[in-house]
Amino acid sequence: MGRYVVRRLLQMIPVFIGATLLIFLMVNVMGDPIAGLCGDRECDPATAAQLRHEFGLDQPVWRQYLTYMGNVFTGDFGTAFNGQPVTELMGTAFPVTIRLTVVAILFEIVVGIVLGVVTGLRRGRPVDTGVLLLTLVVISVPTFVTGLLLQLLLGVKWGWIDPAVSSEAPFGELIVPGLVLASVSLAYVTRLTRTSIAENRRSDYVRTAIAKGLPRHRVITRHLLRNSLIPVVTFIGTDIGALMGGAIVTERIFNIHGVGYQLYQGILRQNTQTVVGFVTVLVLVFLVANLVVDLLYAVLDPRIRYA
Amino acid sequence: MPEPQQEPYEPERAVAGTGMGGTMDLGTSEAATLEQPPGPDGTDPRDKPRSLWTDAWHDLRRNPVFIISALVILFLVVISLWPSLIASGSPLKCDLAKAQEGSQPGHPFGFNGQGCDVYTRTVYGARTSVAVGILATLGVAVLGSVLGGLAGFFGGAGDAVLSRITDVFFAIPVVLGGLVLLSVITSNTVWPVIGFIVLLGWPQISRIARGSVITAKQNDYVQAARALGASNSRLLLRHIAPNAIAPVIVVATIALGTYISLEATLSFLGVGLKPPSVSWGIDISAAAPYVRNAPHALLWPSGALAITVLAFIMLGDAVRDALDPKLR
Repeated sequence: MGRYVVRRLLQMIPVFIGATLLIFLMVNVMGDPIAGLCGDRECDPATAAQLRHEFGLDQPVWRQYLTYMGNVFTGDFGTAFNGQPVTELMGTAFPVTIRLTVVAILFEIVVGIVLGVVTGLRRGRPVDTGVLLLTLVVISVPTFVTGLLLQLLLGVKWGWIDPAVSSEAPFGELIVPGLVLASVSLAYVTRLTRTSIAENRRSDYVRTAIAKGLPRHRVITRHLLRNSLIPVVTFIGTDIGALMGGAIVTERIFNIHGVGYQLYQGILRQNTQTVVGFVTVLVLVFLVANLVVDLLYAVLDPRIRYA
Repeated sequence: MPEPQQEPYEPERAVAGTGMGGTMDLGTSEAATLEQPPGPDGTDPRDKPRSLWTDAWHDLRRNPVFIISALVILFLVVISLWPSLIASGSPLKCDLAKAQEGSQPGHPFGFNGQGCDVYTRTVYGARTSVAVGILATLGVAVLGSVLGGLAGFFGGAGDAVLSRITDVFFAIPVVLGGLVLLSVITSNTVWPVIGFIVLLGWPQISRIARGSVITAKQNDYVQAARALGASNSRLLLRHIAPNAIAPVIVVATIALGTYISLEATLSFLGVGLKPPSVSWGIDISAAAPYVRNAPHALLWPSGALAITVLAFIMLGDAVRDALDPKLR
């Protein structure tokens, strides 16, 4: 197990370097970061050159990348061009997005798994067909359409929720945005649970459990669910990174001032430090979530042992 | 080296796995796959051995889900090629005086915030979506299956490098990459969007193709062909490719729907296509501020988008059910 963790950690290094380098290169094509500094006017060449030197932008790209990564590992994510440290922006943005992600994950776990179990146990019945059709529709409708429609219905037409989330973004205001963010994954969790339950239902250990006279709820919760949920847990785990990165659309629709909002602003204003910094953290979250899921797999399924 | 313990966490596996047996209940009755009496054309299916493809086609022709989604897609392709068949006006002809007005004779879907006819714009918007979906999928499928196929066949250092590269691409959130890369591009055609989707989409297909080729190359008939002295290219093209392409086709068809949705999302965020291009994403984004007074301008393009994506995803599901022998 220990050796496996070390190997996985070592494998994460090239992926981390590759992904951050790729983003670094993408951002560097993004245009001249100095141009945004002088407002609408064009920069005076001498000033521009001085600024370039000051920010280290006259160095080759690989040099900039190394300097940047060196700073990141000492906790310095640089300064946004408005003078605010990027870490400060992160401090306000990440808690909001983490709350949003938590709400989304809770929806996936509670609603997704319950629907999956119900349909998996009733394959071919009207409930099953109905929920399956519903998941297909949810998967097909892009998140931004789902978000706008829910905002229109719940926020504008019926007035159940505030169409825009306040800047503190407490849990209560994030319920609907969290549902929107979770929607597509929720549908996948439902289908995954359903397939898994339906497959395991016919297995020998379930038959044995029924044969020895265990009550139905015990067969389902202790025997069937425990085995069927393994692929679901891995899916939800890998989804954490995807949800945080994908929150950009949801945050824009509901005007939530989280990571997606900061990134969107950073891209619009060509604020390279903000963009690279946030993306670096998101990539790290994705990689760590994947690692944790891999390790969790061994805990959940004793048949799997890592050498 | 392939690492078995990593397999279950690959997102596309999870995604591809979720649909297994999913839509089977929506239409493909198991009866269709059982021994059939002579078909309507009078041929006995037992006369000659049926390949995976004829078998799949046999199933698909009887699957209502496949027929409906194929008809919807056919309709979409026809109106993207000749939109004037069902919409006479120009999508760019707008009259501010009519802004946000509802349905009227000759303008069944009403007008949007700029006074453009929503019906005409919705019809013309199909062209962008269909073009992006089909071209991007072709690009992704060709690039991904060639790279993944070669890596799977030859293995070695190239394979290891390619696997790490796909890992890198998977770590980058797609919408985010699109925002960063496309925000600098000023060209207002579908090509940058297609290029971006190919750039970020190929690793998914490449992983599938790689796995599929690795499975296929261990088959006895491949070993036999190799023993008979077949060259690598002959092995790949004649023996491996036909037996490894099915999963690629399935994943690519479902991905087509998601690419259409991705284009609309990017256009909605303002980095995909920009006005005066006509795209459902642009129209939905433009209609959002007026949603209180003119919800129809939001609902029609949204509905068209949802139906289009749904049609491609259901088509992919139906093709998977037909091609997956495990479900037989």
